[in-house]
Amino acid sequence: MNILSLFVVVPVLMIVFLFLSKGMKQIRTIMVTGASALLVLAATLVVLFLKERAVSPDAEMLFVSSITWFKPLNIAYSVGVDGISVVMLVLSSIIVFTGIFSSWNMDMAKEYFLWYCLLSLGVFGFFISIDLFTMFMFYEIALIPMYLLIGLWGTGRKEYSAMKLTLMLMGGSAFLLVGIVGIYYTSGQASMNLLEIANNLHIPYEHQRWIFPATFLGFGVLGALFPFHTWSPDGHASAPTAVSMLHAGVLMKLGGYGCFRVAIYLMPEAAHELGWIFLILTGISVVYGAFSAVVQTDLKYINAYSSVSHCGLVLFAILMLNQTAMTGAVMQMLSHGLMTALFFALIGLIYGRTHTRDIREMGGLMKIMPFASVCYVIAGLASLGLPGLSGFVAEMTIFVGSFQNTDTFHRVLTIVACCSIVITAVYILRTVGKILYGPVQDEHHLHLTDAAWYEKVSAVGLILAIAAMGMLPFGVSDIISKSIVPIVEKLAGI
Amino acid sequence: MIKVEYYLIISTLMFFIGIFGFITRKNMIAILISLELVLNAVEINFAAFNRYLYPHQLEGMFFTLFGIAITAAESAVALAIIINAYRSIGNININNMNKMKN
Amino acid sequence: MEYSLFILVAPFFLFLVLGLLGMKMKPKVAGIIGTIGMGLCAICAYTVAYQYFFQTGKVGEVWQQIIPLNFEWLRFTENLHIDLGILLDPISVMMLVVITTVSLMVHIYSLGYMHGETGFQRYYALLSLFSFSMLGLVVATNIFQMYIFWELVGVSSYSLIGFYYTKPSAVSASKKAFIVTRFADLGFLIGILILSYYTKTFDFGTLTANHAELVTTSLAGGTFMGLSLATWALTLIFMGGAGKSAMFPLHIWLPDAMEGPTPVSALIHAATMVVAGVFLVARLFPVYFFAAPDVLELIAYVGTFTALFAAVIAITQTDIKRVLAFSTISQIAYMMVALGVSDYGGHDGLGYMASMFHLFTHAFFKALLFLGAGSVIHAVHSNEMSQMGNLRKYMPITNITFAIACLAIAGIPPFSGFFSKDEILAAAFHNHPLIFWTLWAVAGLTAFYMWRLYYCIFWNTPKGDLAAEHSADSNSLQGVGGHHHTPHESPWTMAAPLIILAVFSVFSGLIPFADFISSDNRPFHAHIDWVVASLSIGVGVIGIAIATVLYLKKSDKPAEIAQSLGVFYKAALHKFYLDEVWMWVTQTVIFKYICMPIAWFDRHIIDAAMNGLAWTTQKSADSVKGLQSGQVQFYAWVFVAGSILIAVLVLFT
Repeated sequence: MNILSLFVVVPVLMIVFLFLSKGMKQIRTIMVTGASALLVLAATLVVLFLKERAVSPDAEMLFVSSITWFKPLNIAYSVGVDGISVVMLVLSSIIVFTGIFSSWNMDMAKEYFLWYCLLSLGVFGFFISIDLFTMFMFYEIALIPMYLLIGLWGTGRKEYSAMKLTLMLMGGSAFLLVGIVGIYYTSGQASMNLLEIANNLHIPYEHQRWIFPATFLGFGVLGALFPFHTWSPDGHASAPTAVSMLHAGVLMKLGGYGCFRVAIYLMPEAAHELGWIFLILTGISVVYGAFSAVVQTDLKYINAYSSVSHCGLVLFAILMLNQTAMTGAVMQMLSHGLMTALFFALIGLIYGRTHTRDIREMGGLMKIMPFASVCYVIAGLASLGLPGLSGFVAEMTIFVGSFQNTDTFHRVLTIVACCSIVITAVYILRTVGKILYGPVQDEHHLHLTDAAWYEKVSAVGLILAIAAMGMLPFGVSDIISKSIVPIVEKLAGI
Repeated sequence: MIKVEYYLIISTLMFFIGIFGFITRKNMIAILISLELVLNAVEINFAAFNRYLYPHQLEGMFFTLFGIAITAAESAVALAIIINAYRSIGNININNMNKMKN
Repeated sequence: MEYSLFILVAPFFLFLVLGLLGMKMKPKVAGIIGTIGMGLCAICAYTVAYQYFFQTGKVGEVWQQIIPLNFEWLRFTENLHIDLGILLDPISVMMLVVITTVSLMVHIYSLGYMHGETGFQRYYALLSLFSFSMLGLVVATNIFQMYIFWELVGVSSYSLIGFYYTKPSAVSASKKAFIVTRFADLGFLIGILILSYYTKTFDFGTLTANHAELVTTSLAGGTFMGLSLATWALTLIFMGGAGKSAMFPLHIWLPDAMEGPTPVSALIHAATMVVAGVFLVARLFPVYFFAAPDVLELIAYVGTFTALFAAVIAITQTDIKRVLAFSTISQIAYMMVALGVSDYGGHDGLGYMASMFHLFTHAFFKALLFLGAGSVIHAVHSNEMSQMGNLRKYMPITNITFAIACLAIAGIPPFSGFFSKDEILAAAFHNHPLIFWTLWAVAGLTAFYMWRLYYCIFWNTPKGDLAAEHSADSNSLQGVGGHHHTPHESPWTMAAPLIILAVFSVFSGLIPFADFISSDNRPFHAHIDWVVASLSIGVGVIGIAIATVLYLKKSDKPAEIAQSLGVFYKAALHKFYLDEVWMWVTQTVIFKYICMPIAWFDRHIIDAAMNGLAWTTQKSADSVKGLQSGQVQFYAWVFVAGSILIAVLVLFT
């Protein structure tokens, strides 16, 4: 069997075993085994990928295989990966793995983990597929469990948030479906295969003009594109810890990845002509999200707005349409995925103990739970772009790359986006200063315990990944940037 | 021989009385009765036309017999439902039969 | 000279060990491990310095740039990539010596000063992190590596200022320090972006080679808003430097940074990190000089103003650490001015040499002053001058070393400060009379406020009776045997660094600096300009004399003078209300007038629009919902009516 299909098979097996399982212990064993298998699989994939690429450096996608699924419409289950998908798969497996440890003590664990596995299934399937329809199907598979996970296991206004999130994302996928059908019918050959459309077929510009915005918007909603980002604060605030992690860490990346893979890759002319509209929107996202985060008082809202800002940067960099910026975009997806997952894991940890997320009601947690607090500081520093952690390399690649554009418009926007690093520092330090430092606000907090072992596993795993990426970025950057080349060549070829 | 028009007049009257009752009555028994009226009007028509158009054949008559049988079965089921409804909500007013909807 | 890598690796390794395992160690063990590690690091730095300056550094008559190590860390484009490496040239080697020496002294000193503090291990871990970042900064081979370590020093400074994290004032001070410097770094980053976009390189060697030919040619002709691109880029880069080096108006974080432990102030906020901005300008000096001389002029004027401004404030402060903080700002401004007024090459580059010279000597005597102040604070448990006085009897070592440092900073020969300051004044003398006379006046002010500080600590009696003061505050002293609480001399771990630094402060001025460091890397001979020297000695002596008259004995004169100055005095005492401006900008403008409306807009316009969409859908659904009533009778009625209608239509049309 193709190694890529294993990424789908393992979650399916996990689901099957979960059905058969009894008791918390069995459930945990299944989940941890499955997630470890995925982690190992991802690591193996990286090694195999590098080997394979050394053999055939010109191939755009590796491990390609295809099974026809519905002949009349040319729908096939086609899989294949390039550097970008490999990195995304690694990210997803890390987050899925750590997410399990963050949801160690869940009510109705069996059902919860069933949906959790289904969600992972969708995510992995999305990243490996190169058939538009299959991709869309996995995309939907990833979205639906979200509704239940938030609606059933969430906190606060969970029904409202779950409904809002699902509806907005579904609205986005309606645009997306229109776009996909548009691609299918206008590319000439009625093909759903990404590679075939990109390399052999051509969508006429007058069609690109409407398909590009539709697909970009469709994926952009998931990537928290201004002004369609408002599901993010409410959704994250209500979601249970691991779901927030998965959602901000991986699911929002689906948006960026999709914009990249479908909108830009298939419609380079429109990206050139119409990119500026979205560039302005993303530029707004970056600064606006950061400014909004400054005044929030709920930890999850702060982080959600920070995600808007950081994910805005991803889309921003993609639209810069050059190799460096796009590499930076993928690195930013990776980096944001890791650190935001860490943030949510820690927020969940703190919330689970203090039963509040209001930063005004907390203080001096550093004394009470030193481990969690130090991790929080590290996450904050990664978020504000401290060298040595992942945020820095990603942001700098984006800024340097974006600034290489020759026209003033792009460069001025880059400078505007740069300003976000200061605002990020403001809200991160404000939060850290309020909740971790200073005197203890609430006497009841004095009796709280520090992180339990499973929470430590989750936090340490993510921190290791963040530090590894921050200190040794050359490997990551290399894997990604080589895969950007064909896209950039297509963009340059018009 | 009685003219066919007379049969038709009476069945038409029965039919519309039934329709009227079906639409306006709130009591489920009354609605059932109205429904019976409608069905019986149809059966009268079957019998009458059979008699006048094809006096040597009996299809219309058989149809009428089937109709009566089905009507009887239908009434039995309907009455059973009505009785159960009465047990659960205490009356048989059609406007109160909206539990499933809300 | 690959072994110079050890200088970087050792502190980083220490940071990891102390940071991860520190909590498992006894505090003392952690402290000693840190100190020994730093000691090894210092020895290594001295070896490098020796080898560079006396064996391999000079080829012909030119100091070479040696790059023993350089590897590609992150590639952006074909030409642009961040390398991490080690660049040894006169200024970086000089900085290695300064940083490791001061850092080692601070490590030793902290063994005594921080004894018994909670988080002792964390403290040493952070000190190691800081040393690592600062050393990485000075040996950077390219501007982006410098930026990386620039951020790292910022963070280590942040964590050390906020070391006492339960104290709200320390937390807000650390936040302020980080955000202000971060804002400046934004300028730095944009400057790097502009510069690298045109030159296609980050490398210092390439940028400065051949009189910065690359920069002048590649940025030539471009203008933006009336100023040349080179001016923009270099001004923005200077902005980064101004943030770290606390130039007006970005200096506001430094006085607050004194909330950190005193040895940290000595290391970071006096001797090393705050001179990073000076180092940055010095590193890019050829670029500044050839590509944008107008920026150098700006630097000179900003520096001059800052020097005067900070000196005036320093006179009025009563917190001894704040006096020292403003004095630091003023002295760094001196260095900046020296760079600003310098020409390039040979004796014309006197200002460049003087700046580095002053950086070198200042590091020692300012660290000494801070450590001395720490020793005093350790004894008195207060930062306020009014709590001190007459301490010379109790703390002889601190007294003498402090006096030496005060003489050095006042520019009295043969102490080190005299030589370096004299060179700066000489350089300014040849450049612009306004700058020269301002600096000259600042020299007088410096002598005055330093001696005011000295007298107030060690001579003048405190307000109220010393003994009464101290016994009233039982926490303030550790009395022996429970009787008469007196301030006492610090333990040897604290005294030894004072003595060593005092030796440096006395003799470091005698080094023939021009032989080692010059703007074009060719040794030249700098001689003392006796006209300037006598002027500066004169003003220094006058300053000391006035301070002696006013503060040696307790008197009412200072208060009277303050009274007569009225508003001006009050403004200076409140640091010209810049902190209030800062509060207004951050709290009112940014928080209230920018962030609040945006957050409101997000919730009440954008989100409301989305909710509005949902609401509209629901309402329209509600309004047609009535048709689907579920009433079969209604359906039947519609059905019958419809059939009749159709029948009628069929029949009558």
